[in-house]
Amino acid sequence: MRRRPAAQCARLALLAVALLFATLAPRLAAAADVGHFFLDNGLEVVVVPDHRSPVVTHMIWYKVGSADEEPGKAGVAHFLEHLLFKGTPKHPGSSFSDTVAAIGGSENAFTSYDYTAYYQRVAREHLPLVMEMEADRMTNLILTDDVVARERDVVLEERRSRVENDPGSKLGEVLDATFYLEHPYGRPVIGWMQEIEALDREDALDVYTRYYTPNNAVLVVAGDVEPDEVRALAARTYGEVARRADPPPRIRRAEPDVDAERRVLLRDPSTEQESLRREYHVPSYTTAEPGVAEALDVLGEAFGGGATSRLYRRLVVERKLAAGAGGYYQASALDDTAFHLYAVPADGVDLATLEKAMDEEVADLVANGLDADDIERAKRNIIAEAVYARDSQSAMARIYGTALTTGSTVEAVEGWADAIRAVTPEDVDKAARDWLRIGRSATGWLVRQAPKEPS
Amino acid sequence: MTALPRLFLALLLACAAFSASAADIRRVESPGGIVGWLVSDDTVPLLAVKFAFTGGAAQDPDGKAGVANMVSGLLDEGAGDMDAQQFQRRAEELAIRYNFDAGRDAFYGELRTLSENIDAAVDLVRIAISSPRFDEDAVERIRGQIVSGLRGDINDPDTIASRAWMQAIFGDHPYGRPIDGTMESVARIGRDDLVAFASANFARDNLHVAAVGDISEEAFGLLLDRMFSGLPETASLRTVPQASLAARPFETVIDTDVPQTVIQFGGPGLMRHDPDFVPAYVLNHLLGGGTFTSRLYDEIREKRGLAYGVDTYLYPLDHAALFGGGVATRGERAAESLRIIREEIARIAADGPTQAELDEAKAYLKGSYPLRFDTSGKIAGQLLQIQIEELGIDYIERRNSLIDAVTIDDVRRAAGRLFADGAPYVTIVGRKAALENSGG
Repeated sequence: MRRRPAAQCARLALLAVALLFATLAPRLAAAADVGHFFLDNGLEVVVVPDHRSPVVTHMIWYKVGSADEEPGKAGVAHFLEHLLFKGTPKHPGSSFSDTVAAIGGSENAFTSYDYTAYYQRVAREHLPLVMEMEADRMTNLILTDDVVARERDVVLEERRSRVENDPGSKLGEVLDATFYLEHPYGRPVIGWMQEIEALDREDALDVYTRYYTPNNAVLVVAGDVEPDEVRALAARTYGEVARRADPPPRIRRAEPDVDAERRVLLRDPSTEQESLRREYHVPSYTTAEPGVAEALDVLGEAFGGGATSRLYRRLVVERKLAAGAGGYYQASALDDTAFHLYAVPADGVDLATLEKAMDEEVADLVANGLDADDIERAKRNIIAEAVYARDSQSAMARIYGTALTTGSTVEAVEGWADAIRAVTPEDVDKAARDWLRIGRSATGWLVRQAPKEPS
Repeated sequence: MTALPRLFLALLLACAAFSASAADIRRVESPGGIVGWLVSDDTVPLLAVKFAFTGGAAQDPDGKAGVANMVSGLLDEGAGDMDAQQFQRRAEELAIRYNFDAGRDAFYGELRTLSENIDAAVDLVRIAISSPRFDEDAVERIRGQIVSGLRGDINDPDTIASRAWMQAIFGDHPYGRPIDGTMESVARIGRDDLVAFASANFARDNLHVAAVGDISEEAFGLLLDRMFSGLPETASLRTVPQASLAARPFETVIDTDVPQTVIQFGGPGLMRHDPDFVPAYVLNHLLGGGTFTSRLYDEIREKRGLAYGVDTYLYPLDHAALFGGGVATRGERAAESLRIIREEIARIAADGPTQAELDEAKAYLKGSYPLRFDTSGKIAGQLLQIQIEELGIDYIERRNSLIDAVTIDDVRRAAGRLFADGAPYVTIVGRKAALENSGG
C-alpha cells in the first residue's frame, strides 16, 4: 500500500534531500539567462527563468547549518528552522502557512550541515506575497516559551521517526561521529536526543540574531519570472531588511591528519539484514585543488554508481557476495567531505567476508585503475544529469542554493559540465590512489543481535 | 513548453471559467493503431514517456505475491540479445533514465531521454518489455535483493503496520498481499511465473501512454509503434473480484519493541467514479491532507506536539476504496494521539466542516493544481493517471470546477458515508505496555 508520506508533510527533508542534492549540486549545464546580483544590504540573489509553466519556486538560503552550532547545542539550527513558522507581529501564529495554503502554494524547509533553507512553490502572481512574508520573518520572529516547548516535542518525535526507529540511520550517525574526530560534520544535523531536549528559546534566538540577516542569505527564484522583475520585488521586500549582524567567518575545527582506520559496530536487536558502510576523508568541491573534486565525482560514478559500476559488477554480479553495493562522492560541502562505499551481504555471506572482498576491489582500483570506457560512460551520465535537471525548476533552485551556501559560485555551477568533460582517466586513477586510503577511513557494521531471552 | 500548455495552465490559475481547449494535449493514434497522449514542447532537449499496463500486482498468482514487483526489477536485467550488463551499459551510454514499477492495479514504465537519443532509447524499452530474458543468474540476483530488502523491513514499524492493516482489511483478496511479497512467497516464484506474467500483462489493449517533450505528433506516432507494436494484441488478465472489506472496525496492537509507536488508521473509502469522490477529496484535505493547516495537523502537532507528522489520504483502487491515515508518536502518548484522531473523525462526521474551512480547502486544492505540471515527467504522469482513471482528455480543464462545485452539504454527505460508524480500523505497532499505561 501507499506508504504514508510523512516526509512530505514535514517541515524538513533532512538527510535524504541534503545528501541527494549534495551529490547532484554542481551537476548542470548552464540554464539560459540566469540572473545574479546583490542588494545593497548584502543579500545575494539568483534568478533562474523557466517559462514553461506559470509557477515559481522561491527559496531563501541562510549560511548557517549544524556545523555552525556551538558545542552542546547540536540540532539548534534545525530547531530554529521549525520555529521560523511560528509567526511575526505582521503575520502572527500560523498565518504564514495559512496564507501559503490559501493561495494554493506548497512550502517546506530543510537544514543541512552548511545551510538552512525555506521555500514556497506558488503561482507566479503570488511571488510578491511570499517574498514579503519571507523577508518579514528574516528578522521579526516572535517566540514564546510555550510554543518553543511544544515544537521541541515535535522535533523529538521527528528524531524518533528518522533515527531511533531506524537502525540504518543509527549506524550512519555513529559512523559519522567516529569518522570526524573534531569537525562538526560529525554531529547529526537533527542533533543528539539529550541536546535537543535541553534546547530553549534563547538558544534558538541566539542563532537567529547571529545568522538571519540579509548579508548572510541567498535568495533563489526559479520559474516563470525574469531577473529584472525579481530585482524590483526584492528591493521592495528583502531590500527593506536592515543588516543586523556580521556573521563570523565559517572556520570550523579541522580534522587532525591521523593515520588510523576507525571502526564502529552497531549490534541491534531489531536488525535482520546486516550491512556495512565506509567513508573516506576527501576534499569537497570547495576545498579541492582544481580538477580533483571533478575526478572524485567521476570516480564515484564509475566505481560505485548503479548496476554497471565496477564495485556492483564485481561484488554483486560476478562474485555474488553482495545483494547490493555501491558508492558516491558527497560533493558539495564548505569543508572537507566524504567518499562513501556501502554493501549488503548476499544470503549466507558474513560481513567480514564481504568487507575483505570490498577491500580487494578498492586495492585493485588503486593499483590498476578503471577501464577508460567505464570512465567515459560515467562522465556522459554525469553531464546528462545536468540537462535533466533543467526540466525541474525546483532542482535548479536547489543546485544554485547549495552551491552558494557551500562556498561555490555561479560561475563554477555554469562551468561544471565542462570541468567534468576535462577529467582524464589518469585524473580518476590518481584520485583513487590519493584518497582511498584506509588510514583516512571509518567503517561501520550493522549486525544482528539476537533478542534477549525473556527473564 | 510551447505557448499552448502555458495558456491552459494560466487559465487554470484563473480558477473560474476554463475556456482553454484541450488542444494542448494531443490524442495521437499511431499508424499501427496505438493511442497515446502528447504535449509537444521543445524548450528543453528532453522527452519523458510514461506508460502503464493495467493489471499490476493484483495479477500475482495466489501464494506468489511479489511476481509483478520481481518482473519490474528484471526487465533491464537482460533482454533480446543483451545480458544484464550489456543492457545496462547500453542505457548508460545513451544516458537514458528509465524505471519500471508494479502498482496494485497497473504495471508502470517510465523513460526519460535526451532528444538526440530518442530512437535508441525507445528500442531499449521495446526489447525490455517485449523480450525480457529472465536469465537464471539475473533472477537469483534480483530475488536476493528483494529478499534482503524484505529482511531489512522485518522489524520496521511502518512496514509492519501497513502490511498488517491491509491484510486485516482485505484478508485473502489480492489487495491483502504486499506488492513486494513476503520472504516466503518470493522464494516460491519461479522463472515460469515471471515469463507468464510478462506475456499475460504486457499487451496493447491494456496499455496507456503519455509523453511530454521534444517530439512532433508525427514522430510520436512512429514512436508508439516502435515501442509497443511487438506486443500481443490482448492481455490475458485474471478477473479480480470486488473486495469486501473487513465488516467491522478493529483495533489491533502488535507488541513491538520500538522507541516510537506507529499507528495506521482508516477504513472504507469511495471509488474514483463515485459521485461523492470529489467532496470526499475535499473533506480529506481539510481533515488530514498534506498541508500544515489540516485539523489533524493542528490538533496533533501544533497544539500538542504529539507527532512530527500526521496525515490522511484517499486510496481508490479498481476493486475497492480506502480512506487511510497514519501517525507516529512516543509510546506513552500513543493512546492520547489515537483518542484525538478518533474524536476529530467523529466531530467532522457529525458536524462537517465550517464554511471557512471549506473555502480554504477549495482555494488550496484549486490553486495548487498547476504545481503538478511543472516538469515534463510530472505532466506525463498526470496525463497517464487521467487515462487510467478514465476521466477524459478535457479533465485538466474541468478539474477545478469540480472542486469549486463542492458544497458544505456535499462534504457532510461524504463524511457521513466515509465515517458512517465513526470508528476507524486501527493497527498499532509499538510497546504494548507503554500504550496500556498511558490511558489517553
